[in-house]
Amino acid sequence: MRGLLVALAFLPLGCWASGAGYRLDRAPIDPRDLLSLQSGARTFVNYCLNCHGAQYMRYNRLTDLGLTEAQIREHLILTDAKVGDTMKVALSAADGKAMFGAAPPDLSVIGRSRSADWLYTYLRGFYRDAASPTGWNNAVFPQVAMPHVLWSLQGERALEIVSGKDHGPNEYRWSQVSQGTQNTVQYDTTVRDLVNFLVYVGEPAANDRKRIGIWALFALGILFIFAYALKKEYWKDVH
Amino acid sequence: MASRLMALWDWFDARMPSVAEEFRKHASEYYAPKNFNFWYFFGALSILVLVIQFVSGIFLTMNYKPDANLAFGSVEYIMRDVPGGWLIRYVHSTGASAFFAVVYLHMFRALLYGSYKQPRELVWIFGVLLYLTLMAEAFFGYLLPWGQMSYWGAQVIVNLFASVPFIGPDLSLWIRGDYVVSDATLNRFFALHVIAIPLVLLGLVAAHILALHDVGSNNPDGVEIKKKKGPDGHPLDGIPFHPYYTVKDIAGAVAFMMIFCVVMFFVPEMGGYFLEYNNFIPADPLKTPAHIAPVWYFTPYYSILRAVPPLFTSQFPGVMVMGIATLILFFLPWLDRSPVKSIRYRGVLYKSALAIFVVTFLVLGYLGTEPVTVWGQFGPWMGNADVATVAARVFTLLYFAFFILMPWYTAIDKSKPEPERVTM
Repeated sequence: MRGLLVALAFLPLGCWASGAGYRLDRAPIDPRDLLSLQSGARTFVNYCLNCHGAQYMRYNRLTDLGLTEAQIREHLILTDAKVGDTMKVALSAADGKAMFGAAPPDLSVIGRSRSADWLYTYLRGFYRDAASPTGWNNAVFPQVAMPHVLWSLQGERALEIVSGKDHGPNEYRWSQVSQGTQNTVQYDTTVRDLVNFLVYVGEPAANDRKRIGIWALFALGILFIFAYALKKEYWKDVH
Repeated sequence: MASRLMALWDWFDARMPSVAEEFRKHASEYYAPKNFNFWYFFGALSILVLVIQFVSGIFLTMNYKPDANLAFGSVEYIMRDVPGGWLIRYVHSTGASAFFAVVYLHMFRALLYGSYKQPRELVWIFGVLLYLTLMAEAFFGYLLPWGQMSYWGAQVIVNLFASVPFIGPDLSLWIRGDYVVSDATLNRFFALHVIAIPLVLLGLVAAHILALHDVGSNNPDGVEIKKKKGPDGHPLDGIPFHPYYTVKDIAGAVAFMMIFCVVMFFVPEMGGYFLEYNNFIPADPLKTPAHIAPVWYFTPYYSILRAVPPLFTSQFPGVMVMGIATLILFFLPWLDRSPVKSIRYRGVLYKSALAIFVVTFLVLGYLGTEPVTVWGQFGPWMGNADVATVAARVFTLLYFAFFILMPWYTAIDKSKPEPERVTM
């Protein structure tokens, strides 16, 4: 009971992601960039979908990204799943916990709980750490159980954290230990596309929502003109 | 065709004349003051939002599963696989916040124009009951998406009942139906949210409106229009509610729906205030989130709860003060000793008190959304206390001062004479 009230006492709304110390970069995502979303989907099924599922997201919903069901079947379904199935993984939560110490969370709504900026910074924030069980650590999420899955793209990096003077912010000094197959700009683009995709998966109807919203407001605007004129007409004789 | 319809209506009317009678009594011959202003939209809008919540809620119920293993997934199913499901869900989640927004503005109107004063005490009492019932409805509904905030918010609130001396632990166990918030809790909260509380709300809305129509509406001048009647027996300053206020409220409703749609279609999360980010993480009874925040409409009272220091390690004083903060609203009609109703004819004391009260309510609401460390700490001279906690205590005192000092400051306030007739 008291523990709960203590927990209650520290409660900002919506700054789940901040506060950890490492400043988040702004994710330059564009929910209408279909090429970026397709590229993100490719990265997602190749690198994420081995451990993380997106159990509320159906493969054939990816027709939103300008793909046909045949293309989805051919390029994005790497298992024996049907095109109408959801993006599940074979790895059970119990096995995941045994392997990594924490079950890999489902990513269906990770874009909504974590925010695009957090994901964008997190996926670019891995560094080599000999003290960690996986050999990897993360600047945004210290002691994270997940290893750097995209390391072959980004290469290995090292991080020196210098404590700030007088309780000031820490200083982060990055250095590249070994090269990956992509340079920094290419890797940032890969992560940008992946985050763009994760945000889309978090709310596939988001683009529809905004498009319909414009029409709804337009229709209500017209209705308001008539409603207001009707009111004026009736109220002419009230003095 | 028209004469056929008229004949049908005559047939119906001959057998059930009470329908036309009630329509006359409550609409076409209900005389409302002609000088209603902007603040008088929010009663009708509350009914509109109630209807929106009923209809969207019914459709959500068709696809939602009140089961701890399925609830979170069924909400995502609604958001993705149910045609138009995302719209229904956002209508309902935006409607919840909109409900409190219009109800708070409606209540503020009563404070502006003294609508709770004699002879409208019962209208006010039914209104406060509606407000408290609405809080219960919102609280039960918030558990249903079964996210982390749903779960831990319910856990915290139910635990408040555990702080009641003697019966507390049994009481909270009885509410939850389990030792922690669980599937049993979800099922009963679902039942309460979709049928029990809505029935109470409907009954109270009927009582609120019937009580209002018996005494007649107040107005921005606070004068009783029934005192000056014309030769036809109708108030000189009154106009029939239908069609005058029905057409006016339709225009107001369309304007309101435009604001509603801006939020719903473009910022449904409202920066984490309407839909909290942590609530997109499924409920996990083993993992207490670092930050548990109530939704914005509860935060003024949550601030008051946090502001009261525990007594002998019991949180009960805070719970009690929070309870009194809501129940004190009932006594408003008897605390106000002013001879006039409307802010227009009140003196500087009430005007200042109301202004301070509004600021107090907003600041308490803001502080309730933030951690107590949000404004930093005082130095050692104040025992390094959190500035926000001290501020919340000061504003809690101001909240109660508005009510407790009211008999005094309204009695000595210099009010201006009310006019004989309403002013447009």
